[in-house]
Amino acid sequence: MIQQFIDQAPIFFTLNNGLYWLRALMTTLSMALIGCVVGFIFGFVLVYFRTSPIPWLLPLRALLIAYVEIFRRIPFLVLTFLILFASRGFGFQLSLFWVACVTIVLIATAYIAEIIRAGIEAVHRNQWECADVMNFSRARTMLYVIVPQSWVFIVPPAFSYFIMFIKETSLTSQIGTMELMSAGKYFNSIGISPLMAYGTCLLLYFALSYPLTRLGRRIEVRLKNRFKGNMATLRASDQ
Amino acid sequence: MTQLEINGLFAEYSPSLPILEDVSLKIETGEIISIIGPSGSGKSTILRVLVGLLHPSQGHVIVNGTEVNYKSPSALKSMRDTMAMVFQQFNLFQNMSVLRNVMIAPLKIKKEPEAEVEARAKEYLEIMGLGEKFDAYPDQLSGGQQQRVALARALALRPKILLLDEVTSALDPEMVNEVLDAIRVLSTKGITLIIVSHEMAFVREVSDRVIMMDDGKVVEIGTPDEIFTAAKTQRCRDFISNIIQH
Repeated sequence: MIQQFIDQAPIFFTLNNGLYWLRALMTTLSMALIGCVVGFIFGFVLVYFRTSPIPWLLPLRALLIAYVEIFRRIPFLVLTFLILFASRGFGFQLSLFWVACVTIVLIATAYIAEIIRAGIEAVHRNQWECADVMNFSRARTMLYVIVPQSWVFIVPPAFSYFIMFIKETSLTSQIGTMELMSAGKYFNSIGISPLMAYGTCLLLYFALSYPLTRLGRRIEVRLKNRFKGNMATLRASDQ
Repeated sequence: MTQLEINGLFAEYSPSLPILEDVSLKIETGEIISIIGPSGSGKSTILRVLVGLLHPSQGHVIVNGTEVNYKSPSALKSMRDTMAMVFQQFNLFQNMSVLRNVMIAPLKIKKEPEAEVEARAKEYLEIMGLGEKFDAYPDQLSGGQQQRVALARALALRPKILLLDEVTSALDPEMVNEVLDAIRVLSTKGITLIIVSHEMAFVREVSDRVIMMDDGKVVEIGTPDEIFTAAKTQRCRDFISNIIQH
C-alpha cells in the first residue's frame, strides 16, 4: 500500500489535479453555503408566518408546519433524486449543481426554521410584552428586539447544522455533481489508490469543516459573553 | 376632567380562573392613584387590561371619552399612545444600550426626529440620575438603575397616563428608595399615575386616592388618610393592620 502511494504520488500531486480538487472543494462549499444561506432566509420567513397570531393565516401556518415536519424526515438522497427527476419531468433543465442546491435549500429551510423558532421562543416573553405596550408592530418587535437577542440561541446550532450539511453534500455525488466525493470517485476510477483518492477527500472535508467549527465556537463564545447578564436576568425573572 | 373610566370590568386568564370581577372606577387627569391589596387580588391585571396585554371578558374601558374596542388593533394602538407602563421586572431590551432603550420607541415607532429624541432621552436619563450610563447595557446595571432606565423610557414616550406595576418588588431593599425618589419626581410632572405597590408609606405619601382590591374586586376607594386611618370595610382594615404590623 505504501509502495503504491509512493508510486502514484508524482502522477497524483500535480497542479492540474490540484485545480480539479479545488474546483470540487468550491462546489461543495458553494452548495452548502447557497443552500444554508437561502435556507436561513426562507427559514426566517417561514417562522415569521408560522408563529403569526393572525387567525386568517391559520391554513398557511398548518401548511408551514406540515412542510417542516415532512422535509425534516425525508432522506437527503431521496429528495435529491426526486428533485432531479421532477425538474426534468416538468421540463426544467436545471444543472446538477442547482438540483443539489434546491435540495439543500428545501431541507435546510425546514431544519433551520426549527432552530430559529427555538431561538425566538427562548427570548423571554416579557420582551414581547414590553414591545407590545410600546406599540411595536410584530415585524418591528422581531427586527429590533427579538431576533438580535435570539442570535445567541440560533448561531451555535445553525453553525453545527451548516457543517453537517457540508458533509451531507457528498450524497449529491450520486447524481453526478462534481463535488469533493465525486472527485474522490473520479480519481479512484482512473486507477489512483482508494486510500489516496478518498484520503484526500477526507482531508479536504476536514480542512473545510474544522476552521468553520472554530469560527462557530468563537462566535458562540462572543455571543454568550455579550448576553451572559441578559440570560441571568431572564432566568431570575422566571423565578 | 375624567381621563380614564372603567365600568363593570371582568377579566380572566381562563373561564375557570376569573381575575377581575365587576371593577369600576374613574380617574381624573393628573391624579395619582395607587392600587393596593394582597397578592393575586388583581392589581396588576387591571394595568395589563389597560394596556391591552389582557382583553376584558366584559365591561368597558373609556380613555379620554372614547371607549376602547379591544378587537380593533388601531383602537388598541391609539390607547397605548396615551399610556406607558413600567414593569416589575424592568423589561429593558437586553440587546440595546441604556440610551437606545429610551430612544427606540419614539424614534422607530413614533418616527420623531433623532436629534430631538436623543436630547429628550438624555434629559430623562439625567433626571433619573443615569447621566453616566448612556452606553451601558442593562446587564451592566443594578436592579435599581435598570428600573430607573425603565422609568426614563416610559417618560420618553410622553404618556398621558403612566402605569407602574410593582416597580420596587424585584429590587433589593437598598435600591427601593432610589426608585421611589425617581417616582416622586414624576409625581410632580402632572402625568396621571396609576401605581400598583406594596410600599404603603410611599403610597400614603404620593397618592391622591388609594384603591384597595381583594379577590378581583374593588373593596374600597378613598384618600390615603381614609384608607389608612379610617377604612370603612373590615377587609381593608385587616389588610392595612397586617401590613403595618409587618
